[in-house]
Amino acid sequence: MTAMLQVENLHQEFRIGGSLLDRMKFTDGRLRFPDTRVKAVNGVSLTVNRGEVVALVGESGCGKSTVAKTIARIYRPSRGAIRIEGEDISSYGVREMLPVRSKMQMIFQDPFASLNPRQKVRDIVAEPLLEQTQGRAARKDVAQKTLDLLARVGLNTEHAGRYPHQFSGGQRQRIGIARALSVNPGLIIADEPVSALDVSIQAQILNLMMDLRDEFGLAYLFISHDLSVVHHIADRIGVMYLGFLVETGPREKLFSAPRHPYTRALLSAAPSIEKTRPREEIELTGEVPSALDLPSGCCFRTRCPLAFERCKVERPTLKDMGDGQQVACHLTDEPERDIS
Amino acid sequence: MAEAKTADATASETLLRVEDLRTWFHTFSGTVKAVDGVSFSVKRGEIMGLVGESGGGKSVVGFSILGLIDPPGKIESGVIEFNGENLKDAGDARLRDIRGRDIAMVFQDPMTSLNPLHTVGEQMDEMLRLHTDMDASQRHARCVEVLEDVGISRAADRLKAYPHQFSGGMRQRVVIAIAMLAQPKLVIADEPTTALDVTIQAQILKLMRRQIRDNGASMILVTHDLAVVSEMADHITVLYCGKVVERGPTDDVIRRPSHPYTRGLIDSIPNPAHRTARLKQIPGAVPDIRKLPKGCNFQDRCPRVGAVCRESEPPLVATGARAHACHFPLKEGETQ
Repeated sequence: MTAMLQVENLHQEFRIGGSLLDRMKFTDGRLRFPDTRVKAVNGVSLTVNRGEVVALVGESGCGKSTVAKTIARIYRPSRGAIRIEGEDISSYGVREMLPVRSKMQMIFQDPFASLNPRQKVRDIVAEPLLEQTQGRAARKDVAQKTLDLLARVGLNTEHAGRYPHQFSGGQRQRIGIARALSVNPGLIIADEPVSALDVSIQAQILNLMMDLRDEFGLAYLFISHDLSVVHHIADRIGVMYLGFLVETGPREKLFSAPRHPYTRALLSAAPSIEKTRPREEIELTGEVPSALDLPSGCCFRTRCPLAFERCKVERPTLKDMGDGQQVACHLTDEPERDIS
Repeated sequence: MAEAKTADATASETLLRVEDLRTWFHTFSGTVKAVDGVSFSVKRGEIMGLVGESGGGKSVVGFSILGLIDPPGKIESGVIEFNGENLKDAGDARLRDIRGRDIAMVFQDPMTSLNPLHTVGEQMDEMLRLHTDMDASQRHARCVEVLEDVGISRAADRLKAYPHQFSGGMRQRVVIAIAMLAQPKLVIADEPTTALDVTIQAQILKLMRRQIRDNGASMILVTHDLAVVSEMADHITVLYCGKVVERGPTDDVIRRPSHPYTRGLIDSIPNPAHRTARLKQIPGAVPDIRKLPKGCNFQDRCPRVGAVCRESEPPLVATGARAHACHFPLKEGETQ
C-alpha cells in the first residue's frame, strides 16, 4: 500500500536580501550582487502511513514548520519529492494542487490569526468544501455537513452564525479542525496546534484530535516543540536540528533509548513534574548557529559536548540502528567516545 | 552583601506578606475582579510559584506588588507588606525607590523589555545610577561582573552592544543581569522562560535559581507551567479566576493536590512516565470573569460539584503548611 505521505530528500532554501537593487554592493571596486540564502531544510526524508501520527520536534528555527508548510505546498520546495498517495506534488501549480488539498489539510498554531475575522463560522468551515466542489454542491448538503462537523468538534448549532472573535482560543482551534475535516482528508498537517492554548484546553484539543484519528482514520504530521505532547500523541518521532533530521524512531524507543546527543540533551532539558525520572544530564551551552552559515561537518558539533575531529570534516548521515530507529551521528561508529 | 550572609539565619522570616489583595478593573462592560482576595507570603530566600491559566490573575498580582496598576485598574483593598512596610499606601516616590533596588522584575518577553535605542551598558548603568551611589568606574566594574555572572562572555565589549545584537536567550540573560544589579531582596519573574526554547529555558532557569540563592534573595515565579514550577519553587500558590484555590509546599501539592482544579491541571499535562490513551481533561473553559457564578468559580468544570458549591463560596482553609478553598477537597489517594 502506498504511504499517505512520502517525503524524499526535501530541501528548502530562501533567498534573502530583497531585490537586485537592495543586494547591490561595491566590494573591491566592483559591483556585486551577493546571493544570501537561508538553508531552512536540508535533506529531510520521512514517511507517514495511513492512520499514523508522525511528529517532528525541535527548537525554534530548526525548520520543522518549514517542512510542514513545504509539504502543504505553501512553499515550493528547492529540491526533493513530496508524494501524497504516491503522487509527486513537489512542482504542482495552484490549480493542480486543488484536488490534492482534499487529501491533505492543515491546522495552524495561532487560532486567532488563522480564521478570517470577517467570516462567520459556518462560512469558514464550508469554504474548503465549496472550493473543492467548485460551488456545485447543494447548499442544503453543505449547510448540513457544516453543522455536523461543528457538532463533531464540540461546538453547537448556534455557534455557526457567530464570528471568530466571539470564541475562546480553544473553541477557535476546534473551528480550525472542523474546517480541515470538511473535505474528508486522509492527512492533516498540524503545526503546533496546541502551543497557544492553556494546559487544560490543550488536553481537550489533544483528546479531540486522537478521537478524530480513530473515527476517520486520519494520519497526522504533528509539528511541536513540546516533548511531553509529542510523547502523548505520536507513533513515530523525528528530531530536527538546524534543518537536518538528526534522529527518528518509534516513540518508546526514542524516549527510552535516545541515541543522538541532541535528542538526549532535549530530553534532559525538558522540565517535568515527575521527580523520580532518572536523568541523563547532557547540558547544552551556547545557542543554535545561523542557518545562513551552516557549520562544516555535523550541524550540531558547535554545541555538542561529545564532538571530536571527525565531526568537523564529515557530515553524518542517517544510519539504521534497528527497530526503526535512525541516527545521524558519528558516535554510532565510535561508541567508545560516548560518555555512558 | 551582609544581607546575603544572614539570609540563611533569618530564613523563617517573612519578606513579603500579601493579605486579601483586591485589584479590580472598572471597564465599560463591567468590573473585572482580576485579583479578588488573594493572600500569600514569601519568606526570605524562598522561591514562590504563582500558577494558573490565562485570566487567573497571576500577572496582576505581580504588578500590584510593584504598584504598576494603571486606570481603569485599581487596588481596592488589601495589605502588601514588604520588609515591614505597607507598599499599598506608599507614595509614588517611595515606590520608585523600591522598584529596581529592593524589588526587581523580569518580564516574559525579552524582545520588548529592553529599550532598543540604548546599549545594554547604558540600560544597566541607569539602574546603578538611580539606586546606588557608586561612581562611574565602580558602576562599570559592577556591570561587567554581573554580566559575566549570567554567562555572557566578553562582557566589557558586550556592554556596548544594542539589544538587537543579542539572541532571545541572551537578552533574557541581560534582563536577569539588570534585575540582579542592585541586589534586590525580591525578584518578580513573570513567565521568564515562556518565550524561550527548552534547552535555553533549562539554562535560564538554572541561572535564575543560582542567582537567587547566591544573593540570598527571594523570588515570585509567575507561570502557567506546572513543570517549571515543580522544578524551581519551594512553595506554590494556585490561582483561579482571581482567587487562591490552593497553596502549599510544591512537592506536597503536586503529589497530593486537594483542590480539583489543581488535580485537573496536573492531569492535563501529558506525562511520559504514565502514558494513557486519553488525557484527563478539565471540561469547559474559564468563565467570563465579569459574570462569575454564585458560589465557587470552578463549579461548572468540577467533577466533585455539589449543591453547596452553587450556593456559597468556599473559604480558604489552612491546615498546617497547606491551604485550599474547596467544599469537597480531595483526600489522600483520591484521584477525582
